[in-house]
Amino acid sequence: MENFFSRYKNPLVLMLVLFIQVVGLATQVKRAESAKNAAGAGSGGGPRLIRVWTVSIITPFEKAFTSTGHFFRGTWHNYIDLHDARKENRDLQEQLARMKMEQIRLREESAATARLQNLLDFKQRYIGQTVAAQVIGTSGADQSRVIYIDKGSHSGIKVDMPVITPDGIVGKVKEVFKFTSQVLLVNDHDSGAGVVLQNSRLQGVLSGTPQGQLVVTRVMSDEKIDIGERVVTTGHDGIYPKGVPVGVVTKSVPDVENDPFLRITIKPAANLDKLEEVLVVTSIAEESPSSTAGTGPQRAADILAQRLPSAKQEDKPGDQGATATPTPAASPAVTPRPKPVAPPQGTGTPGTGAPATATPRTAVPVTKPQGTAATGTATPATSGTGAPGTAASATASPAIKKSPDQKKPASTGMPTGTPVPGSTPKAPSATGSPSPNSTTSKTGATSTKGTAPSANPAGAKLSGASTKVGVAGTKVGEAGTKSGAAAEKKKGPPKPKATPTPAATDAAPAETPETKKPEPDATPTPPPTGESLLP
Amino acid sequence: MNIGVSLTSREEIEVHRFSWPVSLLFPILALLIQSYLPLKMGFLRIFDLPLLVTIFFAVARRRPVPGMITGALIGTLQDALTHHPLGIFGIAKTIIGYLASSLGVKVDVDNPGSRFLMTFAFFIIHHIAYMVIDLGLVGASEPWQWGHTLIQALANGFLAVALFAVLDRFKLRN
Repeated sequence: MENFFSRYKNPLVLMLVLFIQVVGLATQVKRAESAKNAAGAGSGGGPRLIRVWTVSIITPFEKAFTSTGHFFRGTWHNYIDLHDARKENRDLQEQLARMKMEQIRLREESAATARLQNLLDFKQRYIGQTVAAQVIGTSGADQSRVIYIDKGSHSGIKVDMPVITPDGIVGKVKEVFKFTSQVLLVNDHDSGAGVVLQNSRLQGVLSGTPQGQLVVTRVMSDEKIDIGERVVTTGHDGIYPKGVPVGVVTKSVPDVENDPFLRITIKPAANLDKLEEVLVVTSIAEESPSSTAGTGPQRAADILAQRLPSAKQEDKPGDQGATATPTPAASPAVTPRPKPVAPPQGTGTPGTGAPATATPRTAVPVTKPQGTAATGTATPATSGTGAPGTAASATASPAIKKSPDQKKPASTGMPTGTPVPGSTPKAPSATGSPSPNSTTSKTGATSTKGTAPSANPAGAKLSGASTKVGVAGTKVGEAGTKSGAAAEKKKGPPKPKATPTPAATDAAPAETPETKKPEPDATPTPPPTGESLLP
Repeated sequence: MNIGVSLTSREEIEVHRFSWPVSLLFPILALLIQSYLPLKMGFLRIFDLPLLVTIFFAVARRRPVPGMITGALIGTLQDALTHHPLGIFGIAKTIIGYLASSLGVKVDVDNPGSRFLMTFAFFIIHHIAYMVIDLGLVGASEPWQWGHTLIQALANGFLAVALFAVLDRFKLRN
C-alpha cells in the first residue's frame, strides 16, 4: 500500500487538488443559483474572502499606476500644453454661444414635452446621484470583461448600480469592496439590458458576445432596421436609467439561433476598451415630469456631459449635493403630489434618493366618472395597456381598461365616486355607449403608432401614449399591461375598432373640471435630478 | 540535482530553484500587469501572463507537486479578479502545472524552439480545460473560437520565448 502511494504520489496529489477545486466550484455554482432563486446577490464566505484578498493586493498598485499616469498627464496638460489655451478658449466661447441658442430651442421643446407627459402622468426614471470614479484595472481575462474602479462601499457604491459615461452605458457594479468595485461591462457575455431603437422605438435585449461585441436580440425579423440608428436604454430593466446612449446599429441579420428574431450588432457609444473615468449612478429618481420650461427634466447624457470634466471636484462630499426642494403639483387642480427630495450627493448613502421613486401615485387624480364610480365601478376610459410597443393591443382594444392602482379609493381623492375595492373594471366603451359625463378629449392624439386614441389622460397607462412619448412610463406601463390584459380577458375578444368610441372620448372630459392640465406658467418645479446633478 | 529519464541530449536535468521573493513576486506581478495593461491597450488581453509564469516555474522546478500547487494558486488568484466562480482558471492551471513539470523532467525545454512549441501546446490545452470546466461545471454557453485561440496561442508562444529568457536570470545556481 505504501508502495502504491509513493509510486503514484504525483497523480494522486493532482487528483486531490482537482477534487478540492471542483467541489469548491460546485459549491459556488450551487450557492449562486440559490441566491438567484432567492433574489439575493453576491458570493459569500470563502470565495468572497479570496476575492477581497486578491483585490486588496492588486488594486493598490493599480491605483498607484493610474495616479502616476494622471499626474504626468496633468502636468503636461497644465504646464506645457498651455500655448493652445487661448485659441481653445476662443473656440469654446464660440461654441458656447451656439449652444446657448440651441439650448433656448431645446428648452421650449422640453417644456412642451414635459407638459404632455405630465398630462399623461408618466413616471420617468432620472439619474438622481452619481459618483465619479477612475478605472484602475481589468480582470485581464478575455473570458471576463470586467473593470475595477477606485470607489467602493466607502463611497456608497452598491451591487447592481449602473455605470455610465457621458458617451453612453458602461455596465453595472458586480462586486463591491471597501475602496474598489468590480464593474461588469455591457459587452460581457453575461450582461444584459433593455434597449430601444431611438427612431423606430423597437425594443430589444442588449447583451454581449464572447468576442466582446454588443448585440440586440428579441427584435422581430420583419422589422426594418436602419444602419446607423441610435440605441438607448429603456429603463425597463430596473438597472439602467432611461435614455442613456448605448450605441449605433452597424449590422442587422436574422438570428440563426432564435429564428423569428433579428441579431442587431451595435457599435458601443462608450469606448469600452479604453475607459478612464466613469460615473456610478448611485440613485435613480422616479418622477413625474415638470411642466415648467427651463427646469424640466434633463437627459442623462446632457447632465453627464456637464459633470465628468469636473469629476474630481464633484466627488468631494458636499460638492455634489444639491437638495431639490419639494415641488408642489404643477396644476392647482391636481391633488398635491409630494415630490421627492434628492439627498445630497457624496454622502456615501446612495439609495437615500429612494424617496424619489416613491412619488405617491395615490395622489394622482383620476377621472371622475360620477355615475359609474358611485356604483362601485372602476373608472371608465382608463386603458391599461401601458407597455410600449404594444400598439397593436391598444388598437385592437378600444375598450376601456383599468389599471389596478386606479381602483384604490385613495387615488381619487374625491368625495363622490369612490370605487368599491375589488370592483370589476368595466369596459363600457367597447359597446360604444356614451358615458353620462361625455365630452371630447384629444389626449389620445399623442399616440402616433396607430394607437387607439386614449380615453383618459389621467389614466396615462395607454399603450399608444407610452409608445409615442417613449418608454418613460416604465412601471406604470407594466402595471397597465397586466390590468389591461385582465380586462381584455373579461370582456372577451376585442372589437376591431381603431377609432375612438364615444365612450372612449367621454371619460377624459369628465375629469376636466377636476383635473386640469398643468398650466404652462405654473410655479417652477425643479426636478431633484436635474438640480442635484448640475454643477 | 535530479537525474531523470530524458529525451534530451543532456544526461542531467537541472532542477532549478528560486528565491521566495521571486516565487511570490513574479506571479503577483504577472497578475498585476495582466490586469492593468489591457486598460491601456485592449489587444494585450490576448496574452495570458499568469499562464506563462505557471509554465515557467513548473518546467524549471521539474517537480509535479510544486508545479500543480503553483498553477492552482495562480489560477485561483486570477479567478478572483474575474466575475466567474473561483476555480475555473485554478483547475485549468493546476493541470497545466502538472503537465509542464512532468514534461520538464523528460524533455529539454530550455531552448527557444521547444519553449515556443511547449507554450503553444499548453495554451491550447489550457483553453480546452477552461472551456470544458466552463461548459460542464458552470453551465456557461460560450462558443468555441478556434481561430482566436490559435492566434492567442501563437502570440503567447512568442512572448514566452522572450519572457522565459528574462526569467532565467532569476534562477538560483548551485
